[in-house]
Amino acid sequence: MFEAFKAKAEGAGCQVVRFATRAEALDFILQFMRDEGVADAPGTYAVWADSPLLKGIDTKVLEAKVPGLKFTVTRQLAKDAKIGVTQMEWGIANTGTLAQDSSAVEQRLASALTWVHIALVGTDNLVPDLPALMTKMHPSKNGYIALITGPSRTADIERVLAIGVHGPERLVIVCVDELGRMNP
Amino acid sequence: MKKGFTQSIHNALGNQNLGGILDRWNYPVTRAKAYEGIDFEALRTQIAEIKGSAAGHLNELAEQFKKAAEARGAKVFRANSPQAVKDYILELCLEKGVKKVVKSKSMASEEIHLNKDLAKHGIQADETDLGEWIVQLAHQTPSHMVMPALHLTKEEVSDLFSKETQQPLSNDIQELVKVARKALRGKYFAADLGITGANIAIAETGTLVIVTNEGNARMVTTLPKIHVAIVGLEKLVANYVDAAPILTALPKSATSQLITSYVSMITGPVQNDDGTMKDLHIILMDNKRTEMAKDPEFKEALQCIRCASCLNVCPVYRLVGGHVFGHIYTGGIGTILTAWFNELKTTEDIQGLCIGCGKCKEICPGKIDIPGLILQLRRRLATKQGLPFIQKTALQIINNRRVFHAMLRAASLGQIPFAKEGFIRHLPMFLSNLSEFRSLPTIAPAPFRDLFKKIRQPKCKTKVAFFSGCAIEFVFPKIGVALVKVLNKAGIEVLFPEGQSCCGIPHWGSGAFDMAALAAAHNLKPLMAEDVKYVVVACATCATALKKEWPHILKAEGMENLVPVAEKLASKTVMFTELVDKLIAEKRLTLKDGQKLQSVTYHDSCHAKRHVGIFKEPRAALAGAGFEVKEMIECDTCCGMGGSYTVKQPELSMSMLKRKLDNVEQTGAEFLCAECPGCLIQIGGGLDKRGSKMKAKHPAELMVDRFKDNPDQD
Repeated sequence: MFEAFKAKAEGAGCQVVRFATRAEALDFILQFMRDEGVADAPGTYAVWADSPLLKGIDTKVLEAKVPGLKFTVTRQLAKDAKIGVTQMEWGIANTGTLAQDSSAVEQRLASALTWVHIALVGTDNLVPDLPALMTKMHPSKNGYIALITGPSRTADIERVLAIGVHGPERLVIVCVDELGRMNP
Repeated sequence: MKKGFTQSIHNALGNQNLGGILDRWNYPVTRAKAYEGIDFEALRTQIAEIKGSAAGHLNELAEQFKKAAEARGAKVFRANSPQAVKDYILELCLEKGVKKVVKSKSMASEEIHLNKDLAKHGIQADETDLGEWIVQLAHQTPSHMVMPALHLTKEEVSDLFSKETQQPLSNDIQELVKVARKALRGKYFAADLGITGANIAIAETGTLVIVTNEGNARMVTTLPKIHVAIVGLEKLVANYVDAAPILTALPKSATSQLITSYVSMITGPVQNDDGTMKDLHIILMDNKRTEMAKDPEFKEALQCIRCASCLNVCPVYRLVGGHVFGHIYTGGIGTILTAWFNELKTTEDIQGLCIGCGKCKEICPGKIDIPGLILQLRRRLATKQGLPFIQKTALQIINNRRVFHAMLRAASLGQIPFAKEGFIRHLPMFLSNLSEFRSLPTIAPAPFRDLFKKIRQPKCKTKVAFFSGCAIEFVFPKIGVALVKVLNKAGIEVLFPEGQSCCGIPHWGSGAFDMAALAAAHNLKPLMAEDVKYVVVACATCATALKKEWPHILKAEGMENLVPVAEKLASKTVMFTELVDKLIAEKRLTLKDGQKLQSVTYHDSCHAKRHVGIFKEPRAALAGAGFEVKEMIECDTCCGMGGSYTVKQPELSMSMLKRKLDNVEQTGAEFLCAECPGCLIQIGGGLDKRGSKMKAKHPAELMVDRFKDNPDQD
């Protein structure tokens, strides 16, 4: 399932990485932020919306490790952020899609306004297709279901593909084996 | 047709930007790739059932949606008219002190010209979908339902953006997109209210499903504190799971993507970034949709999922674009929607652009018979307003066999001085625009019925009746003669029922169903009088009439008593190549020894391929007759003839022909073959005019000398 998901997500223009443990994934993300020049100045922040990966981790320590990384996601901070991190609940293998209940506004701000969206997903939380996802997520429980596949794109000028028109121009998917089966 | 309309077609043909863009996209190939591994027929049957059933219960579903969405905290307003939608939004803006609005793409808001009304009241509404924003800056309407600014070049976009952002800009598309991102980002943050449409509205849960690639709908539904969704009633589906097949097909059909970058399913208000809850208003707009649902023919059009694939494959749309072919809603389906959302009269000119080739019907994920419904519009216009005098007289003459035949015989004599090698070199002035790209054939000196009497046929047990149609009778009688000779070789005797006349398709295609029904009725008796195994046609258009449409036309015109006879006739009618293919398989026709292998490229006439489904048989029959078939690009794309279309829309017809000729010549085959005299007139005339070495031939002509003599095997 992972290989199929990875192939489709890459086909949609994503970067896909996979780690066994939360610690490894965390290291990757922090290093990624440093490499991308995250710093404590408007335009270079990183915002991280509340996610299960952070469970039991002191975010203050992380903020100290990477200056500019914020765990409070406001409208203004998201606007001034380069990178946004959110955790998605499911992945759809046959289209390379990520799915999330984005009812909480910080999830939408961090994934919609930033240049780079880092999306975390449990490797075990992949389903084969959309009908399978619909058995997992339902409007009766989830007020704002967001399906995300690849970066923001347009072909509205002469049908030429351009990436990053309103939303992120990069989508990095971090699959974490240890995060598996965390969802109801 | 109004003069201004002819001029707008002419102008559009001078600007081939849109056509070029569609060609570079190569939609048919990219679409097919997106659908790999998916049973498209099963998928679209499912969608047609879901949407068709919803169309039958619009009122109940709207009430169910209202109840469900209100239970979740949304405010739902049902609006019958465009004015009611606008009044609601204006009152809301007034009440909440809204000055600035951002919009994601909504065709429903285009339909009611919302932006204009908002501006009148001092409210600034900015489009955020890139294409919509470009069109807004250009003060235009969308030319395509999915890609609104498809008609504009990057240079034009650069000019518009330069003016808007007051800075010099290059023509680099990537850079232009970033300029738009920056300019629009500020607008999201400043807006008091966001307006969206919805691609699907789920009644069971009160959910809006919004599909985008750019991510603008996520901004529009997140950053302003008020969200208004304008939803046409046809977007309703009963259940949550009904959304899956639509979401599976929509991106593939619309943009050849497996899925769009973003799909948002919004149920009730969610949190704003200041901790308040979203003020969510959903307007369910009728604007004649329930009326449409009550129409037994047009209800089907509500199955549309607005993918616009009917535009992408339309040979006319690619030439003239949506500003000519459409009115807000564009292309084939746009013509139909316009007739309802505006009024029938609005489509008077537009409907005439459809050549009826059927390409759109083949790929429609809502399984809508778009050309069939456009023909219905034509029929209703013809019934309501009557056909123009000259057209009506001409059609009446065609239906009167004696007058028509006498006239054509006279014409054949009159045209002799203009003929050279079977083609008219110099036409009278009034036909000159028709001969610019294509020579026209002469009327043959003797019609087929005269030649037929002179053919000496063997007496055989198997007998078939031949329905020649007007074109073989008067223009290409040699095709009829060849057909008789080929079938004689298989031990089949051909009868020619004298009472036959025009098949009625020209009348049908003009919307004159009553005259088409009369034509069918005239023909049934002579064709059914003989005790024959098959009725053979060698013209794809006549095949459409005999094999398929006559029973429908007779039924539609209240001549039910003739329907069983017409159905019986339909079941015994075969196309010439269909029969030859069978005879080769039965070894009743075998290739003569020592035949040279020749090459041919086969043009699928629209009527043969898409109306009666004959496209494998002619290729197999040609191969069996010792021909190598070299396929051309777009072998089943319309040649532009379309019966009277070539006379009514000469410029469009010739533009379609030019493309066809390029594809035909590229194969380097010795012959172009088509089983339709109309296509042969068009393509053969075009090849002649170009001075091409390639000859256009009917399969019967190519096969006339290829088979061994066989004794009667019965």
